[in-house]
Amino acid sequence: MSTKNRKPMSKKRKNLLEMIGIYTVIGIMFVIILYPLLWTLGVSFNPGRGLYGAQIIPDNWSLAHYEWLFFDPRSNYLTWYKNTLIVALSVSALATFTVGLTAYAFSRYRFKGRKNGLYAFLLLQMFPVLMAMVALYILLNTVGLLDSLVGLIIIYIGGAIPMNAFLVKGYFDTLPRELDESAKIDGAGHFRIFFQILLPLAKPILAVVALFNFMAPFMDFILPRIVLRSPENFTLALGLFNFVNDEFANTFTRFAAGAILIAVPIALVYLFLQRYLISGLASGATKG
Amino acid sequence: MATKNSHDRDNNIVNPKHNPTVAALLSIIPGLGQAYNKRYGKGAALFILFAAFVIAMIDFITTGLQGLVTLGEVPREDDSRVFLSNGILSLIFTAFFLTFYILNIQDAFKDAKRIQLGWKVPNIREGFKNAWDTGFPYLLVGPGLFLLMFVVVFPLLFMVFLAFTNYNLYNAPPRHLLEWVGFENFINLFTINEWRNTFINVLSWTLIWTFVATTLQIALAMFLAILVNDPRVKFKKLIRTVFILPWAVPAFVTIIIFSAIFNDNFGAINLQIIEPLFNTRIPWLQDPFWTRVALILIQVWLGFPFVYALFTGVLQGISSDWYEAADIDGANRWQKFRNITFPHLMFATAPLLIMQYSFNFNNFNIIYLFNQGGPAVRGQTAGGSDILISWIYGLTFENQQFNMAAAISIILGLLVATFAFFQFRRSRSFKEEGTF
Repeated sequence: MSTKNRKPMSKKRKNLLEMIGIYTVIGIMFVIILYPLLWTLGVSFNPGRGLYGAQIIPDNWSLAHYEWLFFDPRSNYLTWYKNTLIVALSVSALATFTVGLTAYAFSRYRFKGRKNGLYAFLLLQMFPVLMAMVALYILLNTVGLLDSLVGLIIIYIGGAIPMNAFLVKGYFDTLPRELDESAKIDGAGHFRIFFQILLPLAKPILAVVALFNFMAPFMDFILPRIVLRSPENFTLALGLFNFVNDEFANTFTRFAAGAILIAVPIALVYLFLQRYLISGLASGATKG
Repeated sequence: MATKNSHDRDNNIVNPKHNPTVAALLSIIPGLGQAYNKRYGKGAALFILFAAFVIAMIDFITTGLQGLVTLGEVPREDDSRVFLSNGILSLIFTAFFLTFYILNIQDAFKDAKRIQLGWKVPNIREGFKNAWDTGFPYLLVGPGLFLLMFVVVFPLLFMVFLAFTNYNLYNAPPRHLLEWVGFENFINLFTINEWRNTFINVLSWTLIWTFVATTLQIALAMFLAILVNDPRVKFKKLIRTVFILPWAVPAFVTIIIFSAIFNDNFGAINLQIIEPLFNTRIPWLQDPFWTRVALILIQVWLGFPFVYALFTGVLQGISSDWYEAADIDGANRWQKFRNITFPHLMFATAPLLIMQYSFNFNNFNIIYLFNQGGPAVRGQTAGGSDILISWIYGLTFENQQFNMAAAISIILGLLVATFAFFQFRRSRSFKEEGTF
C-alpha cells in the first residue's frame, strides 16, 4: 500500500506488529489443539469416575484408573490389547502381501480384464464398507465367523485391498520396467522378479501400507462393534467405546486413562513417521 | 484390417481343412474344441475342470437361483436371508462359469484360426509354459479378487437386493418370509411425507456438512501453512509437530473427548468459556443447529493438520524465483498469493483435496461418536445431525428398517459413483496436463 511514504521506523514497527500477530495466531492454535489433549490427560488422573467434577488439574492425583485397567479382575484391558495386536499384525501382514501381489499384476502385466479391474477398484474404494454391514453380518453368521477375530481380520483385509492396491500400483509404476525386463532376459521367473527385484525396491510404500493396516484396528470401533459380541473378544477401540457408551458420565475417567494408553504410542509413531506417511498417501492419490 | 485378413486368407492358409467355426462349436462341450485343435492335454484339463465344477455346483446353483426367485416357501422354516445370500452366491458362480465358458470357446476358435494359418501346435510342455505365462497375472490377482468378492462385492449386491424386499422390523426372517416388492421402497421414500422430509433434510445437511467442514479445514490449513512458512517465524519444527498432533491422535478418542467437552451441563466449553462470558449455556447436544456447529468445528480441528502438512510441503518446494520476479514487478502480497501461491497449492494437491471432500461425505465416525446423529427430531426418522451414512446405520441397527436402509444405500451409492466418475475424469485430465 503506501509503505513508500512512511519512515523506516514505521516499517520496523510494522514488521514487529506482524510478528506479534503471527505468533498470537500460532499461540491460539496451540491452545485450541493442546487443551483437549491435556484435559484428557488431567482427567485420567482424577480419582472420581464421572465426568462431573472431573478437573484438568486434579486436587488429588491418582493412578487408580490405570491400576484398575491393568490389575482389576473385572478389567479386560490386557485381553483387548492382545486381541488388537493379533488383529493388527495379521491384517498388516496378510493385507500387505495380497495388496503387493495385486498391485504387481496390475502394474506389470497387460491381461484381459485389467482395465475393468482398475475401474472396479477405483469405484469400490469409494464405497464405505459400512454400507454393506447387514450383509456382512448375515454372511459371517452363516459361515459361523460372527464374534470371532478371524471374521474381523478377513473383512479388514478385503476392505483394504482396493485403496491400497492403488497406492502400491502407483509406486510400482514409477519403478523402471527395464529392471524386470533385463531380469527376464537373464532367465528369472515371474515370482523371482517379484520377490527379488520389485519387492525390495517397493519397501517404502509397502511399509506405509503395512503401517496403515496395522493402525486401523487400533482406531476402528464400528466394524468390531458389528462383528464382535462378547467382551473377551473386543478390540481396544470397541472396549473403550463401551466405557463411555454404556453409562456415559460414569466411567469417563477410566475411558480417559485407557485412551491415553493407546493414543500416546500411536501419536508417537505418527509423529516420527509423518513425512513418510504423508508423502506415501500423497503419491498414491495423485498417481492412481 | 479387412483387406489384410482377406489377403491372409488368399495366400497364407496352410491348413484349409481346419475350420475355426467347428472348433468353436465343438467347445460347447469344453475341451472338445481344443482336442480338435490337437491340444489334447489342454482339452483334457479343461474338460475335467468344467465337469468338476458342474458336478460340484449344479445343485447349489439351481436351488440357489430358485430360492432367489421364491425367497422361501415355508414360514418359520425357510430363512429368506439364507435363500437370498445363496442366490447371490449362485449368481456370482454362474457369472464366473459363463466368463470361463465364453473364454473357452474363444480360445478354441483362436487356436483353430492360428492353426489354419500354419501355426504349429506346441507340445504339452510348451503349452504349459504359455499357460503359466498368460495365467500368471490372474494367479496374482486371484486371492485379492476372491476376498474382494466376498467381503465387498457380495455384501454390496446383498444390499442392492434387500432394497427390493419388504425386510423390516415387523417382517423379519426367520419368523416371516420376505417378498419382492419391486420399487415400492423407493416410491415410499419419495411419497410418504415422513420419509421424504427426512430424506431431504438429511441429504441437504450431508451436502452442507461436506462442503462447509471440508472447505473450512482446507482454508484454515492454507492460512496457517502460509503464516508459518514466513521466513521470520522461528521454531518451525515445534510448530509443525503441534499442528500435526490432531492427525496423530486416533480420531475416535478425540471425538469422544470433544463430546464430553461440549457436554451441555458439565462440559468445559459451557462452564469455562460460554457461561463466564455470556452468562448462558449453549445446548450443544440438545439443539440440532448447535450440534451441527460443534461438529463442523471439531472436524476442522481433526482435519486441518493433514492438509496443513501437505501444503507446507508444497510451499517449501515453490522456487523463490517466482516471488523475486513478482517483487520486481511490484506485486503486493495479495497478488502474490493469488497468482503464485494459490495456483501452486491447488495444482499439487487437488486430487487429495477432493478426497477430503469424499471422506467427509461418508464421515460416519464423527457424527456417530459425537452425538449419535442426534438430537432426535420430531416427525423424522433421522436425528438432527445425521448424514446419509449414519442415517443408514441407524435405520439398520437401531430401527431395523433394513429395506429402507438398503434403498437409501443405493441412492448414496449412485451419488458416490457419479462423484467417482467425475473425479476419475478429472484426475486423468490432470495427468495429461503433464508437469507444471
